[in-house]
Amino acid sequence: MWRYMGRKLGFYGLTFVIAVTINWMIPRFMPGDPVRSMLNRASISDPEALERMTTYYNEVFGLDTPLHQQYFAFWSGLFRGDLGVSVWLYPEPVTDIILRHIPYTLGLLIPAIVLSWIVGNHFGAFAARGKVLDNTLLPVGYILTATPYMWMALLLLWALGVVGGFFPTAGGYGFALTPSWSWPFFVNLVSHWFLPFLSMFVVGLGGWAIGMRNLIIYELEAEYSNYLQALGAPRRLIRRYAFRNAMLPQITGLAVQLGTIIAGALLTEIVFTYPGLGTLILRSLNNNDLFLLQGIFLFVVVGVLIANFIIDIIYVLVDPRTRVQMTGGAS
Amino acid sequence: MGTTSFGQDIWAQFVHGLRSTFVTGLLGGGIAFVLGTAIGFVAGYKGGIVDEILNVLTNVVLVLPALVVLIVAVAYLDVRGLVVQALFIGLTSWPWAARAVRSQALSLATRDYVDLARLSGRRTWKIITTEIAPNMSSYLVMSFILLFGGAVLIAAGLDFIGLGPTGGVSLGLMLESSVQWSALQLGMWWWFVPPGAGITLLVGSMYILNVGLDEVFNPKLREL
Amino acid sequence: MTLRVQDLKVHYQTLRGDVHALDGVSFDLADGEIMGLAGESGCGKTTLGKSLIRLDGRMRHVDGTIELDGRDVPVADDRAMNPFRYHEISLIPQYAMSALNPTRRIGRMINELLRARGVRPATVAEELNRRLELVGLDPDVLQRFPIELSGGMKQRVVMVMATLLNPSLLIADEATSALDVSTQRSVVESMVEFRDRGYVKSMIFVTHDISLVYQMADTVMVMYAGRIAEKAPASTIINDPRHPYTKMLIGALPEVGTTTEDTRLEGIPGTPPGLLRPPTGCRFKDRCPLASEECSETPPLVEIDPGHWAACWKTGR
Repeated sequence: MWRYMGRKLGFYGLTFVIAVTINWMIPRFMPGDPVRSMLNRASISDPEALERMTTYYNEVFGLDTPLHQQYFAFWSGLFRGDLGVSVWLYPEPVTDIILRHIPYTLGLLIPAIVLSWIVGNHFGAFAARGKVLDNTLLPVGYILTATPYMWMALLLLWALGVVGGFFPTAGGYGFALTPSWSWPFFVNLVSHWFLPFLSMFVVGLGGWAIGMRNLIIYELEAEYSNYLQALGAPRRLIRRYAFRNAMLPQITGLAVQLGTIIAGALLTEIVFTYPGLGTLILRSLNNNDLFLLQGIFLFVVVGVLIANFIIDIIYVLVDPRTRVQMTGGAS
Repeated sequence: MGTTSFGQDIWAQFVHGLRSTFVTGLLGGGIAFVLGTAIGFVAGYKGGIVDEILNVLTNVVLVLPALVVLIVAVAYLDVRGLVVQALFIGLTSWPWAARAVRSQALSLATRDYVDLARLSGRRTWKIITTEIAPNMSSYLVMSFILLFGGAVLIAAGLDFIGLGPTGGVSLGLMLESSVQWSALQLGMWWWFVPPGAGITLLVGSMYILNVGLDEVFNPKLREL
Repeated sequence: MTLRVQDLKVHYQTLRGDVHALDGVSFDLADGEIMGLAGESGCGKTTLGKSLIRLDGRMRHVDGTIELDGRDVPVADDRAMNPFRYHEISLIPQYAMSALNPTRRIGRMINELLRARGVRPATVAEELNRRLELVGLDPDVLQRFPIELSGGMKQRVVMVMATLLNPSLLIADEATSALDVSTQRSVVESMVEFRDRGYVKSMIFVTHDISLVYQMADTVMVMYAGRIAEKAPASTIINDPRHPYTKMLIGALPEVGTTTEDTRLEGIPGTPPGLLRPPTGCRFKDRCPLASEECSETPPLVEIDPGHWAACWKTGR
């Protein structure tokens, strides 16, 4: 058990190191002087500020020191939580800006992932082997998984926000409000949250439903299902077993899909100018704030790794087979 | 089909955009396919330490969120072209294909006829291409279709963020400019509905084609 | 009489048409009888085993009746058939290794199955433990998951589970094929013991391994291409087979003590006919050395000696 967890942690550690290395390499090995091109494109008007910033970034990149020193300097900065200073919101540290935006992204992602996973699974299980439902579920599900997140977001925003006027069309909360722990603010927050959430939820639904449907059919044809049927076990019992067993690969599927879902969340946020990391990425791109961009990259990678580890733990807790193998049963 | 705020014809953009989206899908999916199958075959067939290393590599790339890696990488490019975009997409989206191919190759590599070929002293690549690959050709075709769909979706995402090919036309770029010039607020639904629908139908029909192929290749799935 | 099957016809539906897997099968099974059911693959023996308990999706009951303890068994009606399953007719499947739900503890799964079949687990718990011990298993296995058990252990668990409600008829479909020889032997012995103790009234043991059948079975029924070729007491089938097919089948077995140097092992030349469009007349006539004109008529299954049935024009009466 502990060895398994240790191995997993080791793997995630390695992945993190690789991600950091990629992050470090990209500005240094891309053609051109990163500092100059960044500041040029950022078109800062105040010459004094420009000079200050140039000195600062030259020092941060440390381009005149040998590569391995640059690399270690990068790591030591990382351990101090120092990801550099933003160009766009100079001189605010990148870490602070990101931390301010993270709650919005998480608030959108976690409910959307969990709910679409649960609902999609139940829907797929329900449709499997039911002729009419199955025949409608399949095409609808495939169309949903093929839908680009931003397009679904645009459609919902247009239909329910602009035309219908049921929901606000942009931002994380009303412009007139200041964040506070009050009821009106909370209601306002939720009304801004709902459309982006709905859009992600709907796109995610199709994939889980199809996956579950296929797995259930596979399980219903498995030999233990066959045997139970031969012994006259009722459909209910067999389907219950099939559902439970089909959940396990779906949990692994969640880990595999995580990257795509996060990408979807970022794109969805951009459509709604929802103040999470996605909108922040767009801002940093528009302002050529590559420091901020790379900071976001690291945060997202760490988030993905943590989520993967959580999924690993859940899997071990849910699947008796891995548990048994780890505690070393007979055979 | 109407025009954009600048009087550009949507239909013309759509047709051109569809073409470049298709090309990105083919190129990106193709590169991912070649990488994925090559790595999967070698890992599954060679086994041992080679497998172990390739497996770790696959898992690392699999865990890293592709779109975010792409955003950071592409952001540093001053001039972006279709081919470069497709190349980057290919480099990040091969892992699951490698995984799938590996497990298939693993089961095929232990078959008797493969053993026979190995005993007769043939080269690894020769065995992979003549003995193993043909026996999973249906599987390979289906992987390619899925990679194609994935590449189209990722490319659309990149385009939408504003990291698409500079000066090009694609369905993703159409979505981007429609948002940038507030087509939504102006009620110009004909600007953003067609490109999204194009992507959805293109990728969706690919997925459904895949299901159909699956039934052709596996007669067991057919309902009687 | 436990079981009486009359003129049973079951077809397999395929894309190319109906395969006549069982084409008029009639036989009786007495109380306490263990019948071995033998034949080449594709002869219909597995289909016959399935037909007695549950037709799978592609099988269709075309004709014929089955009677168990004087009651009609409605094989064609899946719903009406359900009360018989497990209570009256039970099965040890070909795939006993994977017949248990991999994510449930064995004891829990058995209890859930019992409850679903209207039996309170507590009423049979003691019996369950006793029988597990009888087949040499620690009742602890009930607390384990299937992957913790070896193949032979799983096989025995399935055997105990299948016979827990003392069914009238037990169908064992190639139940020992996946086991090594010594495990095979102990499983077979347990099966005979179960019969002797009255846990099961009668048993059909489907196998392609005639020498194994000879060890345990009272009678042997040989099938060929969807029909019965011969049924007789086990020793008669081995020592005095009358149907030409049975003779060649027995002749194809290696005898202990002979070496392949002086007697070559001989297979039966030719292949069985396809059952998509079965030929008229005797199905064996194309491979039969004795075939003659009259074989273009279908030979009836007749009792040539008491308890010895054969379907061949040449066996005399």
